[in-house]
Amino acid sequence: MLMFDRKNKDLRRMEGKKLNIDTVMTVLCFVLLIIVAICPVGMIVYNACWDTTTNTLDLAMFKEVLLQKENIGAMKNTIVIGFMTTLIATLIGVFFAWLLGRSDIPMKGTMRWLFKIPFMIPPFLGAMAWDIMFSARGGYVNRWFMSTFGLEKPPFNVNTVIGIIIVEAIYMFPFVYNQVVAALERMDPTLEESARIAGAKQMYVITRITLPLVVPAISSGMLLVLITSLANYGIPSMLGFSAKIYTLPTRITERMEAANGSFIGIRQATILSILLIIVVGIALIMQNRLLNVGRYDIIKGKSMRPTLIKLRKAKYPLLIFSMLFLVIVVLAPLAMIIITSFLKAYGLPIRLENFSLKNYHEIFFRNNTVATAAKNSLFLGFSAGFICLFLGVMLSFVIYKVKPKGRGLLEFMAVLPYSLPGTVLAIGCILAWSGAFKINLYNTIWIILIAYAARYLSYTLKSCSASLQQVHPSLEEASRMCGASRLQSLTDVTMPLIKPAMISSFFLVFLPAMRELTTSVLLVGPKSKTLGVTIYQYRAGGHISTASALAVVTIAIIMICNAVIGQIVKDRKGI
Amino acid sequence: MNKIELKNIKLSYGSNVIINDFSIDISEGEIIGIVGPSGCGKTTLMRALCGLKNPDQGEIYVNGIPYFSKAQHVNIPPENRNIGIVFQDYAVWPHLTVEENVAYPLKKRKKPTAEIKESVHHALTQVSMLGYEKYMPSQLSGGQQQRVAIARALTSSKDIIIMDEPITNLDAKLREGMLVEIRLMQQRLGSTIIYVTHDQEAALQLCDRVVIMDNKGNISQIGTDEDIIGNPANRFVFKFIGVSNFIPVCKKKDGYYLHLDNDYLYSKSEPKGWIEGEAEMGIRPMDIIFDPKGLVEAVITQGVFLGDMYNYFITIGDREYRVQRSTLDSLDGHDYKVGEKIHVSFLNEKYYPTEAE
Repeated sequence: MLMFDRKNKDLRRMEGKKLNIDTVMTVLCFVLLIIVAICPVGMIVYNACWDTTTNTLDLAMFKEVLLQKENIGAMKNTIVIGFMTTLIATLIGVFFAWLLGRSDIPMKGTMRWLFKIPFMIPPFLGAMAWDIMFSARGGYVNRWFMSTFGLEKPPFNVNTVIGIIIVEAIYMFPFVYNQVVAALERMDPTLEESARIAGAKQMYVITRITLPLVVPAISSGMLLVLITSLANYGIPSMLGFSAKIYTLPTRITERMEAANGSFIGIRQATILSILLIIVVGIALIMQNRLLNVGRYDIIKGKSMRPTLIKLRKAKYPLLIFSMLFLVIVVLAPLAMIIITSFLKAYGLPIRLENFSLKNYHEIFFRNNTVATAAKNSLFLGFSAGFICLFLGVMLSFVIYKVKPKGRGLLEFMAVLPYSLPGTVLAIGCILAWSGAFKINLYNTIWIILIAYAARYLSYTLKSCSASLQQVHPSLEEASRMCGASRLQSLTDVTMPLIKPAMISSFFLVFLPAMRELTTSVLLVGPKSKTLGVTIYQYRAGGHISTASALAVVTIAIIMICNAVIGQIVKDRKGI
Repeated sequence: MNKIELKNIKLSYGSNVIINDFSIDISEGEIIGIVGPSGCGKTTLMRALCGLKNPDQGEIYVNGIPYFSKAQHVNIPPENRNIGIVFQDYAVWPHLTVEENVAYPLKKRKKPTAEIKESVHHALTQVSMLGYEKYMPSQLSGGQQQRVAIARALTSSKDIIIMDEPITNLDAKLREGMLVEIRLMQQRLGSTIIYVTHDQEAALQLCDRVVIMDNKGNISQIGTDEDIIGNPANRFVFKFIGVSNFIPVCKKKDGYYLHLDNDYLYSKSEPKGWIEGEAEMGIRPMDIIFDPKGLVEAVITQGVFLGDMYNYFITIGDREYRVQRSTLDSLDGHDYKVGEKIHVSFLNEKYYPTEAE
């Protein structure tokens, strides 16, 4: 009989002696996470503190690096830019959230649509456009002002700390906007109404009732901006390099490139990395604290229709102001890049006779750049997406269903690379995977893939585990009782149920990987250039109009992918 | 051949022992109710029978074949135990249609397509869900999902079916109907059904035998509905199966007294079932009789007409008790008013040692 044949096997399973699927997955998770997360971080700490030439512990270098004038300046810039960006982004974000969430301003649909564009354009491309418009040396807007008003000096200069702050604020305010608008929409309108009934004036209600209620949402958006800004590489490098303005991430990259493989240079970069980790770490700890404190209960999960505040006379002036703002910050840079991409050479006046398709011809036919870079980026996007998806599903399954000892450690290791600034992660990967463990991936596309996988793993983990926790254990047990083995119940029941989350989490990785710059700029080899890096290098080499052409192509690819995803996600909603 | 034996089962989560020593024989074709307050370990026990949780000790036999036994080194995995189960939360798979849900157990057992089709049709007929084959569970009401879950349990096994709180989520009318359907279905198929619930009324109404478990996971009583209602084995069972009054009592030289703020004589001869020592009288509201010849004096503090009966609260000494009189009895022409003094006597009372509440 079947039942008796299974006797011994079952006993082994009962006593935990058999290698079952749970154990295999748990071990695999630990091994993979140690490879992608612990190795790079460990190598940074090791290289910062250990002098491998003399094989001694050496902390003196910390002091030396920290006291260097350029490094102090970089640190100061990082913090100033971080805080000022946060302040401005918060003001803009809260203003628009209130305007769109609670006022009766017209054209809300158009504005909401415009808010999505900064998310689709990689911020470094935006910074490039701002540089083209407002650079002190020949920015087109500056030149127009000078010739029109007969000015001696250019009126704007984006290549300053203030310029960097403004551009960062423009690309990061949607973080605050999204958080606050969601909170406003979930807020119980009776809270405001009762204040009005009690005799409070409109302004009083806004400042004393509405604002305090969305404070948690505002502060979590603020910290998101702060963390992103502190670790941002694209914008300060696009705007700051020419004026020798450095932040910690750009300084680290600059050190790395200047070192050209020399040991001292690498160590300096690792020490600066640790500094950056500390600065970002403090912000992350604050964020965690805040999330744990939780939100006010008055903001309920169920959706309500808040009463809209009538703007009356202020309606049209506010509408004109906001549309103008959105057009300037969202559409103008896009238009500028498109125009520049058709110019025969950067710097020529914008006239019809200076337009040509030369740049596009160049990138498409002359040197194959688009094909190579697009192929690399697509390859990286797809493979990173699949790897993260696979790892994320397996990890969330192990953490939430198998629940082995040390699952807290697993979760920590999975989120660790995400909390690292991209620059630091890249250095960690270089240190770990150029021969330190007898594996040399430097200059190949594989090192970029490992870095992407590490960086984006937490996206898929979060999305899949949230979905997995919704799958009630009785659904799986029911399939066991119906004659399915452990593995079959996984493939027949659990996987189909979290499929929508799996699909969307794949794209959560794919999209940012397509436009990544910070990490890949340090990791690319001659044959593994990505779209972002190729644009960056064209521009650094002075070929701004070629860079613009490639930027236009990149944005087009991203937008097409976005549209496709939107369609797929919409179709899947039925499940 | 659907006999189930559980022998000395012990179950625990870590150091928290849920069930200490549980044994029961369930004969074939029986509907047995496992009843107990929430959290007493009923569901955990059923999970052990299904193989979803391993007991710390004990043995499980079905038709004499060991399903779990540490001594014999046997632990049949859940998928091979051939037990159908209806989960409390239905556990109908939301991504499959009704038909696919019900056919799943047969597909896993690699039955031929024609047979699957026929069995699914048969199972859906049993639960009156024909015509809903192509529906997704989200399009069905709670009661319908419940029927799908039962149909799936039927295709999974016609021999042994476990139902874990299958009707708690239904409204009162559907509940009544479902109980009748479960009984009819059992008669048609001859299955052994284990019906797990905290609702003693449903269990007593449906089951051939009922197992009453106490808070600590011990068996308080196993018996038919008459046994349990007529002869509750202990104070816990008495209290669990219905509305109850407990009145402290004591024995004196000249008779038997209610032991309240003062002692009130209620019987001169030894009552049936009297026990020595500190004791309480357990009595149902229906069994406190308004009797002019009764020895105990009481005052009516509240009276409500409920249609088929009157519900009164009376005070004896310093305590208030609940009394019910059927409307028929109330036709004796006496209209009892709040504040009126009356005399009462007791019927069918039980005696249990005093326990701290």
